[in-house]
Amino acid sequence: MAHIELKNIKKSFGLVDVIKGVDLEIFSGEFMVFVGPSGCGKSTLLRLMAGLEDITSGEMTFDGTLVNALAPSKRGIAMVFQSYALYPHMTVYENMAFGLELAKSSKETIKERVEKAAELLQITPYLSRLPKQLSGGQRQRVAIGRAIVRDPKVFLFDEPLSNLDAALRVATRLEIAKLHHAMNSSTMVYVTHDQVEAMTLADRICVLRDGLVEQVGTPLELYENPQSLFVAGFIGSPKMNFLNGEIASKFGANTIGVRSEHIEIADRDGAWKGKVVHSESLGSDSYVYVDIGAGGDPIIVRQEGTHMHQPDAAISIAPIPGKVYRFDKAGKPVKN
Amino acid sequence: MTVEATAGQAVRTQPKIESELLKSRVGAAMWFLLPMLAALAVVAGWPLLRTIYFSLTNASLTNLYEAEFVGFKNYLSWTTLKSGRTVFSGLLVDPAWWNAVGNTLRFAVISVTLETVLGMVVALVLNAEFKGRGIVRAAILIPWAIPTIVSAKMWSWMLNDQFGIINDLFMKLGLISHKIAWTASADTAMTAVLIVDIWKTTPFMALLILAGLQMIPKDIYEAAEIDGVHPVKVFFKVTLPLVRPALMVAVIFRLLDAMRIFDLIYVLTPNSAATKTMSVISRENLFDFDKFAYGSAQSTFLFLMIAVMTGLYIWLGKVRFDGGDR
Repeated sequence: MAHIELKNIKKSFGLVDVIKGVDLEIFSGEFMVFVGPSGCGKSTLLRLMAGLEDITSGEMTFDGTLVNALAPSKRGIAMVFQSYALYPHMTVYENMAFGLELAKSSKETIKERVEKAAELLQITPYLSRLPKQLSGGQRQRVAIGRAIVRDPKVFLFDEPLSNLDAALRVATRLEIAKLHHAMNSSTMVYVTHDQVEAMTLADRICVLRDGLVEQVGTPLELYENPQSLFVAGFIGSPKMNFLNGEIASKFGANTIGVRSEHIEIADRDGAWKGKVVHSESLGSDSYVYVDIGAGGDPIIVRQEGTHMHQPDAAISIAPIPGKVYRFDKAGKPVKN
Repeated sequence: MTVEATAGQAVRTQPKIESELLKSRVGAAMWFLLPMLAALAVVAGWPLLRTIYFSLTNASLTNLYEAEFVGFKNYLSWTTLKSGRTVFSGLLVDPAWWNAVGNTLRFAVISVTLETVLGMVVALVLNAEFKGRGIVRAAILIPWAIPTIVSAKMWSWMLNDQFGIINDLFMKLGLISHKIAWTASADTAMTAVLIVDIWKTTPFMALLILAGLQMIPKDIYEAAEIDGVHPVKVFFKVTLPLVRPALMVAVIFRLLDAMRIFDLIYVLTPNSAATKTMSVISRENLFDFDKFAYGSAQSTFLFLMIAVMTGLYIWLGKVRFDGGDR
């Protein structure tokens, strides 16, 4: 249990400002995901919370206690690294027990806790193996196990799934979600650049851009009410379609955005006419790429089920009324 | 298990491709190795065989090619006097030789131990991030870059009993009451040699260890930091085990080097029984005393000692030269 507050946190490496004043509250027991493109400062922010980097200015409190100058080990945190960071010369058991041995826990307590964590993560058969004898997914579970045995108030995950292949990533994502349910008193902070991970895991998402918080909210809030062009484009897959110029001004905006699932293929007289550039069928869904002569990327339209469209075929599409996002010149939503 | 089994089957079902591939690989490897093997045979193998051969003869410098085979006489021979007393002679009962063996071993053990410890300390410092690290890294290599003869001569002046800066400094600091003949006195000659060798070779050790340290991923130190592991414990439980393969290789290199130490002692403390090593004494017999066969026997003995020590060390330390050791 830990309630984390960041007040105007800044971090510079020499002359480079990486975090430019972040205010954020993370509630106790919450699963918070930091998401953003690479270089946005999300990993740095996590490392500031871990205490692996010094905060340049601002205040960070855990449960009301200032932790700016507190050593990592005194913060009650555990961290799972992208590269697993397992001790290569220690067995899985030793890796998980190493941090506990130092906390002067008795041998039985250590054994009990390691075995319990191993069981939870289904790595009991591998306890006597070395990390190099494990697959990537197993290593990542050991790294998570090492975090669990410390029984931390706060879990920090630094892109834990990015070294895994696609299938394993989905499976491990599920494991982490289950872990959050099983340990719902622990606050979890999770960094990723993958918005799907963010959407599926988070209680709340914090979208970071260029060292600043762009928007904080639940996954659905971000999906339904993006507060900027950036968030609208970042959240959701495939990416939201953006249209500028004349088409946008018809809606009284500088830019409009429509998600691919909010465009329908009209029979003949849809709002936008164009031709098919390419179509993809994924079985459950089909994507049609349509060029309506507005410049920029083709518009992606999502259809349920299998639909094939011949390239260059004429097509007429229309956005679903009320599902068009309007943005002004500054990239902020148009209010009225 | 299943993976291995299927792999085995694959080999059996496609033996031709496998063997042809293997053949071409082995062939290529042989061609790449050949120049090296030839060079080694000429500059190391042949002289070694000649030395071993000469050690079994009565060769002298003036009589190298008409040398007669005498068996192991240079190593050990005995004659029974009329009085019934048996007199042994040869390398194995030569006190001067055993003194040299003792000197060599003492020098090797002390210098390599201190160089390893100091080298580790230097490497740890150089592995940390600080301003001007590049310059310090380059500067620390200077003693190693200076040719041994030059640094030995330099130190012999610095250690000079009359005019040396070391005596002057120590006198002014009040550390010694009278000037010491560092290199000439039997009590301090070995210390002088050790000081110079450690000064000269610690950088080499540090560099090899530093290379090992840089192979250790940074993130496991961060993991240890979050676990709250004390830095000293991190060193002994994480750094040392992980740098061990590099450390073992460095120690072997240095040990081999130290066992055949010659130039430093030849220049710094010539003719001192307190520092005369196996290499020095065998050269003396080979060329100064015209006991070529006897000197050859000493060289052969030195070779055998180094070979046995290396074998033992590799076996005991389970060193693998491919970088891993587990």
